[in-house]
Amino acid sequence: MAILTCEELSFSYEGKTVLHDVNFHVDEGDYLCIVGENGSGKSTLIKGLLGLKAPDSGRIIHSDGLCANMIGYLPQQTEMQRDFPASVREVVLSGCLNSMGRRFRYSAADRERAEMNMERMGIEDLADESYQALSGGQQQRVLLARALCATKKLLLLDEPVTGLDPKASAEMYNIIKLINLCDDISVIMVSHDIHEAVRYATKILHLGHSQLFFGTAAEYRESAQARRFLGGNRI
Amino acid sequence: MTEFIHMFSYHFMQRALIVGVLVSLCAALLGVSLVLKRYSMIGDGLSHVGFGALAIASALGFAPLAFTVPVVVVAAILLLRLSRSSRVHGDAAIAIISSSALAIGVITVSLTTGMNTEVSSYMFGSILSLSRSDAILSVVLSLAVLVLFILFYPRIFAVTFDETFSRATGTKTELYNTLLAVLTAVTVVLGMRMMGALLISSLIIFPALSAMRVCKSFKAVVLCSAAISVMCFLVGITASYFLETPTGASIVVADLCAFALFALIGRR
Repeated sequence: MAILTCEELSFSYEGKTVLHDVNFHVDEGDYLCIVGENGSGKSTLIKGLLGLKAPDSGRIIHSDGLCANMIGYLPQQTEMQRDFPASVREVVLSGCLNSMGRRFRYSAADRERAEMNMERMGIEDLADESYQALSGGQQQRVLLARALCATKKLLLLDEPVTGLDPKASAEMYNIIKLINLCDDISVIMVSHDIHEAVRYATKILHLGHSQLFFGTAAEYRESAQARRFLGGNRI
Repeated sequence: MTEFIHMFSYHFMQRALIVGVLVSLCAALLGVSLVLKRYSMIGDGLSHVGFGALAIASALGFAPLAFTVPVVVVAAILLLRLSRSSRVHGDAAIAIISSSALAIGVITVSLTTGMNTEVSSYMFGSILSLSRSDAILSVVLSLAVLVLFILFYPRIFAVTFDETFSRATGTKTELYNTLLAVLTAVTVVLGMRMMGALLISSLIIFPALSAMRVCKSFKAVVLCSAAISVMCFLVGITASYFLETPTGASIVVADLCAFALFALIGRR
């Protein structure tokens, strides 16, 4: 069953259309990878899906009770976050904010969820460390733990492995796949790395200012877009 | 020791101490968020608006605080909106509003009373300027700021650390940004009677910056900043009493010394 459907979406910046004619849907349990070159509109689409940027036309339909406080998000890191004085625990716990409702304090259950997600990410030993002192890979795990605290149905990831070394990247991909399979959380990921995308994802959305391809990963391997994108090499 | 007791026997000193400690606390708590959100200059901009409003209030014979607080709150919300719009950059927006307000204030002053000691006390602050009713209003408002800050602490942290994430995951970030701006506006107005329009922003910025040199978690920074702020206020006001230096300036110098000390500790 589709939890998210996009119909005829288009986005623009200052009157310039950057993305048009996007039609796809995400079913429960899907792992969708959005691929495309730099400036093809991937991050814009993510912003649209998160409600951070309004589409020029078209519709984004949330169904099955999906609303913003069931979505987890792993943003691209900004410089500002890197010098922010915050402990790992504080950052992870802030992911629980969207289930707080009218309460003013985090509940014991919230704190437990934060601890559990830190354990899953293997960062429980770093809980009291300063976020800014961590390595890029560790920071990314912290932000993913925060996203897990926020998510109930859908996880959006914007270039989660940028700046990570190959080992950290592989671990990151494995963790995300596990979350997708074990927790039954749908994943939408923007990625540069098409090889990894095709290996882990169930569906692929290929953008290049418009929608070039949408279908299963297996179909994508055989497609003309994939071949062109990879310079003639079959995956 | 007897001189200390003597110092506290004055009513104006008692009022200044109570209000000063509360306002220093508010300023320090909000300051952490403002510095981290790169909104440091908002305090400065708002204090100029406060000066303009105070000048108009005294020209028209209104109660100074009761008139200035709402004006500056509106200015704070306006500043926040302006700095979000892509047409005018945040820092430019602050410069426009603050210098305009200062200009209007100066004209009002020169048309009515002229540059007298009262005006100078708006500029550079004076502990004598707090009347009894002002003091009561200040205590009530600063307690309200403190309570709101503590209640909304988790949300303020989230909005400060990563606004985009908070908004994307269903938190009303606009609301909490506005709350932050309103609380800042109230704090600036309360503080500027004592610190002066030209010096109040240091009360907001210095303690947070000092605390950030040594503390590594947000909570520690907030608590440390509050402690530094109150300490520096007490040191500053005591020094100003004994050395007969201006209060606001003495507090700023105390904050400067604390910053230098923390910067040294932080480098090791």
